[in-house]
Amino acid sequence: MTAFDLQAILPELLLAVFAMFALLAAVYTGKDKATPLVTWATAGVMLALALFIGLGEAVNGRAFGGLLFEDAYGRFAQVGILVAAAAVLLAGQDTLVRRGLGRFEYPLLIALATVGMMIMVSAGDLMTLYMGLELQSLALYVVAAMRRDGVKSTEAGMKYFILGALSSGLLLYGASLTYGYAGTTGFDGILAAASGGEMGLGLLFGLTFVVAGLAFKVSAVPFHMWTPDVYEGAPTPVTAFFATAPKLAAMALFGRVLFDAFGQAVGDWSQIIALMAVLSMFLGAVAAIGQRDIKRLMAYSSISHMGFALIGLAAGSQYGVQAMLVYMAIYLTMNVGTFAFIMSMERDGKPVTEIAALHQYAKGEPVKALAMLVLLFSLAGVPPMVGFFGKLYVLGAAVQADMTLLAVAGVVASVIGAFYYLRIVYYMYFGEAEERVETPMSPAAWVMLMGAAAAMLLGVINLFGVEGAAAQAAAALVN
Amino acid sequence: MVQIILFAPLVGAIIAGFGHRIIGDRAAQMVTTGLLFLAAFLSWIVFLWLPEGTQHIQIMRWIDSGSFQTDWSIRLDRLTSIMLVVVTTISALVHLYSMGYMAHDDQFEPESYRPRFFAYLSFFTFSMLALVTADNLLQMFFGWEGVGVASYLLIGFYYKKPSANAAAIKAFVVNRVGDFGFALGIAAIFLLTDSIRLDEVFAAAPMLAETDVRFLWTEWNAANLIAFLLFVGAMGKSAQLFLHTWLPDAMEGPTPVSALIHAATMVTAGVFLVSRMSPLMEYAPQAMGFIVAIGAATAFVAATIGLVQNDIKRVIAYSTMSQLGYMFVAAGVGVYSVAMFHLFTHAFFKAMLFLGAGSVIHGMHHEQDMRNYGGLKSKFPITFWIMLIGTLAITGVGIPLTHIGFAGFLSKDAVIESAWAGTDGGAAFWLLVVAALFTSFYSWRLMFLTFWGKPRGDKHTHEHAHESPRVMTIPLGVLALGAVFSGMVWYGSFFGSHEEVNRFFGIPEHQVEAVDEGGEGEEAAHAVAAAPEGAIFMHPDNHVLDDAHHAPTWVKVSPFVAMVIGFATAWWFYIANPTLPKRLARSQPHLYRFLLNKWYFDEAYDFLFVRPAKALGRFLWKRGDGNVIDGAINGLAMGVVPWFTRLAGRLQSGYVFTYAFAMVIGIVVLITIMAITGGAN
Repeated sequence: MTAFDLQAILPELLLAVFAMFALLAAVYTGKDKATPLVTWATAGVMLALALFIGLGEAVNGRAFGGLLFEDAYGRFAQVGILVAAAAVLLAGQDTLVRRGLGRFEYPLLIALATVGMMIMVSAGDLMTLYMGLELQSLALYVVAAMRRDGVKSTEAGMKYFILGALSSGLLLYGASLTYGYAGTTGFDGILAAASGGEMGLGLLFGLTFVVAGLAFKVSAVPFHMWTPDVYEGAPTPVTAFFATAPKLAAMALFGRVLFDAFGQAVGDWSQIIALMAVLSMFLGAVAAIGQRDIKRLMAYSSISHMGFALIGLAAGSQYGVQAMLVYMAIYLTMNVGTFAFIMSMERDGKPVTEIAALHQYAKGEPVKALAMLVLLFSLAGVPPMVGFFGKLYVLGAAVQADMTLLAVAGVVASVIGAFYYLRIVYYMYFGEAEERVETPMSPAAWVMLMGAAAAMLLGVINLFGVEGAAAQAAAALVN
Repeated sequence: MVQIILFAPLVGAIIAGFGHRIIGDRAAQMVTTGLLFLAAFLSWIVFLWLPEGTQHIQIMRWIDSGSFQTDWSIRLDRLTSIMLVVVTTISALVHLYSMGYMAHDDQFEPESYRPRFFAYLSFFTFSMLALVTADNLLQMFFGWEGVGVASYLLIGFYYKKPSANAAAIKAFVVNRVGDFGFALGIAAIFLLTDSIRLDEVFAAAPMLAETDVRFLWTEWNAANLIAFLLFVGAMGKSAQLFLHTWLPDAMEGPTPVSALIHAATMVTAGVFLVSRMSPLMEYAPQAMGFIVAIGAATAFVAATIGLVQNDIKRVIAYSTMSQLGYMFVAAGVGVYSVAMFHLFTHAFFKAMLFLGAGSVIHGMHHEQDMRNYGGLKSKFPITFWIMLIGTLAITGVGIPLTHIGFAGFLSKDAVIESAWAGTDGGAAFWLLVVAALFTSFYSWRLMFLTFWGKPRGDKHTHEHAHESPRVMTIPLGVLALGAVFSGMVWYGSFFGSHEEVNRFFGIPEHQVEAVDEGGEGEEAAHAVAAAPEGAIFMHPDNHVLDDAHHAPTWVKVSPFVAMVIGFATAWWFYIANPTLPKRLARSQPHLYRFLLNKWYFDEAYDFLFVRPAKALGRFLWKRGDGNVIDGAINGLAMGVVPWFTRLAGRLQSGYVFTYAFAMVIGIVVLITIMAITGGAN
């Protein structure tokens, strides 16, 4: 192990070591007493690491003989993952305690999942990829079923696990096909194997299976079906986590595999990605209309959003990757804010997730309702909220790549999707009088909600510099 | 000083329009009226002591885009100064008059409507001044559209009356047709000369005369085409035949508006335009012929319709239209100074007639049907004398073969003599003479029906009829001065010897040579040609003015004879033998109805344009918008999308095997696609 290898793996290493020590420490401090401390500490460590990665010295290269890539693309994704994970942890802490789920394992499982994600996005080999993916997934299976005594939560964890296993199987099958035809599992080697001439059908099949495995993680249609059930069944703070960091990780990994390993076959994978993008956008938009549960609705919403992000990948260009990264950053911000609100929804101390509970909400809580309005408008892509510019970005990438029809489909889907977001706004402001929902919030959650809403408005100025970072990251990936 | 004249009304309009809540109704009226009198006073100074030559007073750089550069600047010459005087004087008097006329209105009480009215009036005046002071065509178009807007607002001033709104829309739409022509003309000028500055356009006129241009799949002579297009604009604004239908309906507006906009100023903008573009018009003989034809036809048709109308304002409206036809004939034969002369005198006596009619209407509690008048001489002593002077002026009373007479006598005779000289005694001349006869008839008919005879109609109204207040009669008196003397005073300047007219309009003597130089082929013309000096331009071959002076005596006497016949007939019909008109109408029912229905122009347009346009509109609205667009959207949003929503809901069964199956199907589809198309890229 060289110094460079160590430098490249250092953040992951630190987080993993922290998680294990914290586990030990918490076990010896009595049942769940240390939960708040552990949560804050985990979030603190994550944010510190994010700062370290984001502001630290930028070194590029291959670590561990090509098993890990160290580049701007990976760093962009890692910072996003760490910040999102920390934000969701902090926002959800209070809610989990109130729901009787304040277990100290939760922040640590999240930390381990985060380690997996960080490895995923900087993977340079199919083996590393799989290792990171499984580390993440196993942690997520557990947290999905965290409410062990709840039928729905258990069911969610179970479903997620079974289908996740299936998807892992698909991915592994693809990986072995790729290995068989390329003779190597390293991305550089696969790229080299394809660059000689025409790409063989075996390699293409391998690619397709890998894509299917990854599509499951980003919940792209038709590998999306677990999403609504898991989102609904899992405790809301967990759902919030599902909807944020892992999505970015999976999407970043998607880009990593497509460009770093199969960058020679852009024309081949671009069409299946485009197909999944269109299906996701439309299914997400259409199916969400029928939902009564806001968590299920957000599940379909995230399916639709993933469709939009996939448009950026389908474009197959550097600009497309940049668009995808910007879109994901905006998506994470919106979802952190929205879930900070959804987590707090309750009536008589019991969680409420029906959309109908929001009738007339604005009468009692004008400020929070306004923040939600901004976030929902942004999710729907109404200018001048930032969400609009995210959509504009990916659609622009599609147009630039001569995929005008894809862009048109995106516009149509976003029109359909606007309906259910606006319906929530309608309920909040013009709904019939009904027993109102209460939304007690911890200061952290309140800050997340308001901060996200403010970012949706203020971000129009320069997107907080995300654009430039995304451009660098995309350049690092595609070239 | 000219800047003050131009902007004083705008300032008044802004103060009254936006500030009346602060300064109050009364102050808003005072401010606008006061500013208008200031402008009028300054205008007379400018008119009487006009400096030599054409002046360009720049206000600001307006547009600077590629080769298209344009200032906002004032062009001050004789033509401008005439219009300044006409516009500001009439406008000031109408403002004053309106303070009385608009004092009470049951429709609007207790709403504050007076400042709105005065703001519109002042805004109109500003637009009109912007039009007449224009130094380039775009500026003129700005004023042109501004007066259109003001006219629309004022016709529809009584917006609670559906008929007023309809009339306002009609005026706007019909004017749009004309404005389209005007805009095309401006575009054509810019296309061919790369400039819209009047001086540069005038300089290029000889070149345009030798240029052909393709338009609507046909080769046209550029000068003729442009002149024609500009005249289409003039037709709309000046209510010439075929684009005239809006003017009678425009009488829905308050009477002072009719006096100011639809008699004295705005409707004469077309005449002004033709005179202003005289350096171009002189090179467009065919277009000029067309102008004469339309002008003469308008004069005649409008006069015939005026014979049988019963609404006092409509009679005067048709009279206005007819007189505008006279002006266009004069301009069309190339004697622009006479056109301007008639415009000038007409403004006074026609505004006076309208305001007099307004005074009667005001005193008769908004009764406008002359059949319900009668014997009002004693009730309205001042108004009666004013109307009498106006009638003497419009019918052209004076001493034949001298230059002594009412304003209309001098200017109308000048027009008719010019028409004789310009068309060699052709149809246009005869149409004008017959129209003069009709003019005399309907004007006296109006007088006899209103002021003579026994009171008819509602007794109550007649009992409460009263003379108008001083604030309304004083403007009438001032206008009466103009109606009596303006013809005699300025006869020489407008229609005197060539030298006199040249001096008045600032036309230098050596112009003949300058024009001759300009005729040597396109390139040379473009290089040497300079804009002709002087406010109007008459081609060296244009001798109509001199020929008109040497017209035979019978020509000069003919309008007087026509006037006398018209007067005698009117007297016979309405004083000596009042049952005669009814019997005549009964014996000639078709002719009577034809005239009463205004030659069925409205019906024809309704059939030809309005109905098809409405049908098309309704088709696009109900079928195109309603069924196709709304239907598609609603069908998608309420049929297709929910169907898919239900489908998606059913697929989401909750069973893991379904989900796994979906994944397998998915991978099969992806693999299939890859197998079929893969590797090709």
